[in-house]
Amino acid sequence: MAKRLFVVDVDRCVGCQSCVFACARRAGVGGTAGARIGVRSAGGMRKGFVVVVCRACADPPCARACPTGALTPRDGGGVQFSPEPCAGCGECREACPFGAVFWDSVAERPLVCVYCGVCAGYCPYDVLALDDLGGRVHAGE
Amino acid sequence: MPASDPLDRVLRIDLSNATYEVTERLELFAEALGGAGVAIRLLDEHCPQGADPLGPENPIVFAVGPLVGLYPLASKTVAMFKSPLTGNLGESHAGGRSAVSIRMAGYGAIVITGRSPSPTYLVIDDERVTFRDASALWGLRSSATAGSVLREREGGSGHRSILRIGPAGEAGIRYACVITETYRHFGRLGLGAVFGSKRLKGIVIRGNRTLPVADAAAYRRRYDLLFRAATSSPAMRKYHDLGTAMNVLPLNEVGALPSRNLCAARFEAAEAISGEAMAARFLGRRLACSHCPVACIHLAALRTPHPHEPYFYKTSMLGYDYELIYALGSLLGVAEPEGILRLADEVEIQGLDAMSTGVVLAWATEAYERGLVTAADLDGVALAWGDADAYAKAVRRIVRRTTDFYRALGRGVDHAASVYGGGEFALALGRNEMPGYHTGPACHVGFLTGSRHSHLDSAGYSLDQKTLASGARRTEDEVVRALIAEEEWRQVLSSLVVCFFARGLYVPDAVSDALAPLGVEIDPEGLAAIGAATLRRKWTFKRREGFDPNALRIPERICETETPLGRVDADEIRRLVARFAAILSG
Repeated sequence: MAKRLFVVDVDRCVGCQSCVFACARRAGVGGTAGARIGVRSAGGMRKGFVVVVCRACADPPCARACPTGALTPRDGGGVQFSPEPCAGCGECREACPFGAVFWDSVAERPLVCVYCGVCAGYCPYDVLALDDLGGRVHAGE
Repeated sequence: MPASDPLDRVLRIDLSNATYEVTERLELFAEALGGAGVAIRLLDEHCPQGADPLGPENPIVFAVGPLVGLYPLASKTVAMFKSPLTGNLGESHAGGRSAVSIRMAGYGAIVITGRSPSPTYLVIDDERVTFRDASALWGLRSSATAGSVLREREGGSGHRSILRIGPAGEAGIRYACVITETYRHFGRLGLGAVFGSKRLKGIVIRGNRTLPVADAAAYRRRYDLLFRAATSSPAMRKYHDLGTAMNVLPLNEVGALPSRNLCAARFEAAEAISGEAMAARFLGRRLACSHCPVACIHLAALRTPHPHEPYFYKTSMLGYDYELIYALGSLLGVAEPEGILRLADEVEIQGLDAMSTGVVLAWATEAYERGLVTAADLDGVALAWGDADAYAKAVRRIVRRTTDFYRALGRGVDHAASVYGGGEFALALGRNEMPGYHTGPACHVGFLTGSRHSHLDSAGYSLDQKTLASGARRTEDEVVRALIAEEEWRQVLSSLVVCFFARGLYVPDAVSDALAPLGVEIDPEGLAAIGAATLRRKWTFKRREGFDPNALRIPERICETETPLGRVDADEIRRLVARFAAILSG
């Protein structure tokens, strides 16, 4: 079964960005630039946070927008990325209404979630979870 | 550090000429790690002897360290400047997103000098510094509005920090703070007034980058050990659950909670203003600094009805912690959390340091009671213990400087008492208003000798409480040596820069082990040497700027009101301070 990342309860997000650092650290580096997940305030921290994750759309607009076939739909929802055909045009980034296609500004390539769930393992407050796609519908949805 | 790590980049900004330059200072960071160690060296370089703290020559230094952006709880920025409150070394730390943003923008330190010809705010990223016109933002009634404007006007949400001052900073109130991310502060010693003197309304700093490491596998292993310890240790849990406000009841219990200008060290309403009561009645949200899973920041949701119109309410989210509850609560006899929060709201709007403000108001209340000042001096505000709304009115008058008396209050309690009398109950140590610990001699010696006169310098309050728990008195020499050892080690933590709440995780071996995968090989002895050298640098700077350990004022009040370890003896304190000075000068 294909997996996807799921924001279980954004009201428990404290804005620590441990998930963001965890995602970047998969490449064995520090900092935030490699992350495929984002946390920002919802217009000032008193209002809480927005957690931006790829929701693994059944018919992903980012893949539809890709003119070179670098981003293709994944079986069961979401996308997969092949760097070779990518021209770095950024159409995918524009197409995602959530802003969940992140950008490597050095390589000029998109950074898309690979649905590994490492970030969720570092969320201290169970805001994030890796979930099966299809079948189960979460109460939060 | 790996060669591509930008930590050694120092950004120097000259506000007078709207210019900037970046220099690589590898030797500085190799010698002093970062943070406080680098900041005191940069302050030494850029601050002329005898500089006017509110003159263009006073530099503002911000510095982060090698662990920031790489390890959890390495979340603080160190600010250094000459303090307009004490006229000497000013050092203040803040979290929020400031440290990670400076690191992600590609700098280890930022030095700001000069004075802008007109109000300005800075936008800093890895490519440039933009000098933006802030003339329309000058004179805004609330610090929060400036924050909202910068938030909406500048990009980079989630990867930026927004520093700003309120009316108090613009007015040069000597204990005005700089606010970051609404709920964190460069709180103490008047950095907000230094911003104001430079016509610097705010700074937006943003960046997003990768930080290379020398050994990726070892880095991830070290990270996981620290992260697990941070999220599972009971020592960290207390900060997460109730926050530092959990200290109200235990400190009250032992008789160390200053109340009514330290006329007493217990407060009859401690239960009502405790961390437990605040959480049960008002806790509305918890927040974290960037890269800190602990989330110690506690926000109270306060719902206030409109004074005249029915069915109109204002709901405010207000940060609280132990020191705020002490300074705006027990010290002023304010017994209801609602009163503390309303007063905190006003302090926040004005952009003042809550601790200094509380101490100043407590002294003013007693001075009024004793007839040292008149109703006219107070501009008609009849200060009285527990009257939070009168205190909020006084806070506005301090910032507006409506009378000579309020003008004096805006220069700090030490100054006000030098004009109006009442020095014996003016609770400043080393000219900085005291924090909320009346635990015994070590805390007061720490306030007097600490490099920034803060309880966080050498943790004397903790030493007193250990003495109390063990029942075994330390010799004077043992007390002084323990304070110095703690302050030396804290120079290392504040050079990395690790939050002091994580000091139980970042013990010397753990710090060496965390640095190794980054390519920095320093053993615990090497770290200790850096800490000792940095503390002595600060001491030398302070002596240069006129700090005299033999001329420190000890307010009689701290010797009159009993501590859990009995009465503090002024002669003992003087002996301890002299011993401290002898060791550091030797």
